[in-house]
Amino acid sequence: MNLPKIPLGEWIEKLEDWMTANFAPLFDFITLVIGAMVDGIETALLLVPALLLILLIATLAYWVAGWKIAAFAFVGLFLIDNLALWEPSMQALSLVLTAAVISVLAGVPVGILCARNNTIRNTVTPVLDFMQTMPAFVYLLPAVTFFSLGVVPGVIASIIFAIPPTIRLTNLGIRQVPGELVEAADAFGSTPAQKLFKLQLPLAMPTIMAGINQTIMLSLSMVVIASMIGAQGVGALVYRAVTQVKLGIGFEAGIAIVIMAILLDRLTQNAFKKK
Amino acid sequence: MSIIEVRQLTKIFGPDPARAGRLLNEGWSKEKIYKETGMTVGVNKAEFSIRQGEIFVIMGLSGSGKSTLVRLLNRLIEPTSGQILFGGADIVRMNPEQLRQLRRKNIGMVFQKFALFPHRTVLGNVEYGLEVQGVERRKRKELAMNAIRLVGLDGWANSLPDQLSGGMQQRVGLARGLANDPDILLMDEAFSALDPLIRKDMQHELLLLQSKMKKTIVFITHDLDEALRIGDRIALMKDGSIVQIGTPEEILIQPADKYVERFVEDVDLSKVLTAAHVMFQPQTVTPERGPRVALQLMRDNGVSSLYVTDTEKKLLGIITADQAAMALREKRTIQEVMQTDVPWVPPTALLNELFEMMAETRLPVAVVDNREKLIGIILKGAVLSALAGNPVPEAGGVS
Repeated sequence: MNLPKIPLGEWIEKLEDWMTANFAPLFDFITLVIGAMVDGIETALLLVPALLLILLIATLAYWVAGWKIAAFAFVGLFLIDNLALWEPSMQALSLVLTAAVISVLAGVPVGILCARNNTIRNTVTPVLDFMQTMPAFVYLLPAVTFFSLGVVPGVIASIIFAIPPTIRLTNLGIRQVPGELVEAADAFGSTPAQKLFKLQLPLAMPTIMAGINQTIMLSLSMVVIASMIGAQGVGALVYRAVTQVKLGIGFEAGIAIVIMAILLDRLTQNAFKKK
Repeated sequence: MSIIEVRQLTKIFGPDPARAGRLLNEGWSKEKIYKETGMTVGVNKAEFSIRQGEIFVIMGLSGSGKSTLVRLLNRLIEPTSGQILFGGADIVRMNPEQLRQLRRKNIGMVFQKFALFPHRTVLGNVEYGLEVQGVERRKRKELAMNAIRLVGLDGWANSLPDQLSGGMQQRVGLARGLANDPDILLMDEAFSALDPLIRKDMQHELLLLQSKMKKTIVFITHDLDEALRIGDRIALMKDGSIVQIGTPEEILIQPADKYVERFVEDVDLSKVLTAAHVMFQPQTVTPERGPRVALQLMRDNGVSSLYVTDTEKKLLGIITADQAAMALREKRTIQEVMQTDVPWVPPTALLNELFEMMAETRLPVAVVDNREKLIGIILKGAVLSALAGNPVPEAGGVS
């Protein structure tokens, strides 16, 4: 028996065309907002002299995570500046921060909805699986179609790739709140919102923060891929070094990403431990 | 006066409660319904009323449905059918907002595993119920501190729950249940997770608190001793049904069926029955009537001593046949020969507190109320008979 090939690819392309035709204003609006966010953060980061910002971040690290991380922040960031990678690093950082902020703002509420309703959870879970396992390059394509080249489709692709842990762990954290505590909150006449804000979110916070930490790490891992569709920054340097087989430049840019990754990880991990 | 009336309250767990309800009405047993349909009858047509100010104990072994029953009262578990009448309203029919108000204002709850919020201090836990009602900060702190003081935790207000011992944690649970001054306090196995000594202390303290607060308390337990110690009335549950409701004495002395009988057979009655239970109304004599009348009364009643009271029944002393005879011979009055140092107990004394006194005296023990009136006497035979589980004929006949 010889079944004809299901034209899945054609359908997807038709859907892409249809969406481009009908949702263009929405995509333009999203492009505008995200573009402005990235630009804003980047401008702010570069407005401050590098050395001053290094000191500020080291101070923050000391306050949040102790002197070891502070020392690492100072030396690491100083190295980035010394390698003349400061500006591209800050460009990459602003992409990461934008993607992370949007992921948290959207991911936590979706996670809460999943925790409250099994139908929503059962619908969302396979979508999250899809987002995490579909190779990132594949959704770079529609991102470019909808949002053209540049940093915005990079942010979108980062969000798609990075948002699942926040949703999953918010859901998990809330569901892990012991049933007897939820029962007690009910027994004293809490509204659903009171129960959420006074009991479930505070107790789920460590788990949610672990999800946010993962989200930030994953969006950082997207900076190189995002550079393939025109996002500027240290990721673009890595990408160029690869295409031109320049190990030295690639290594320098790679080190800058590693330093930022370790810093973001330690800072977000310790931010909630203290509480 | 009853504060809650429960009628035909039923809870069935499973996909088609209506069908299981019909089968129940056709007389199917809990096991048969479970076998045939896979549905579980949690509570089977419970019917009782709770009186204002009493400690109503719901007792049963695990799986008997007692924890389900108490959760039906504030609808932490939704009833399948039946009514719970409270202040003219049916709790079963309340909408979510009415139910919330009921839980906030009228029904407090204390949980077996304390269920304290670990991220809130003792104060934060105790004021939770007030906080969700929107009581303003200063007022709720004041009320919460009162509740904390009431349970003896002053000085711990700013500690976190996991810094406290089990007993102290449950005091916090109790304070949280009391902070908004509810009409009814539900206590679900509240002391079961505590070790035996602490548990006894807590029972004692609950009774002490209760003598001041006069709350209506619904207390769930699987422990008969606990039920007997603190319950004004006890409802015994088996397989989701209530098999008997009565005072501790009624349950012990007149078990409704073989199940209750087996349940209570190991109870140490001497720790439950009181002097009032075994005493009977004695023949007494007033001093004015003289030794001759006293002797005559003793002869008529076949006793060898008589308690002497004034006309108000105030206890004066006791006179034996020998003393009366001596008074007659020497022409003295009853007051001159009677013995004023008599063994006596209050009516609330437990039988096991009587043993030593009864061993030391040959006289019947006097039962004296708080106005020094003689309300009864206790003979050794009556105590032994009661401990053997026999009803005491005169019990209750004495006021």
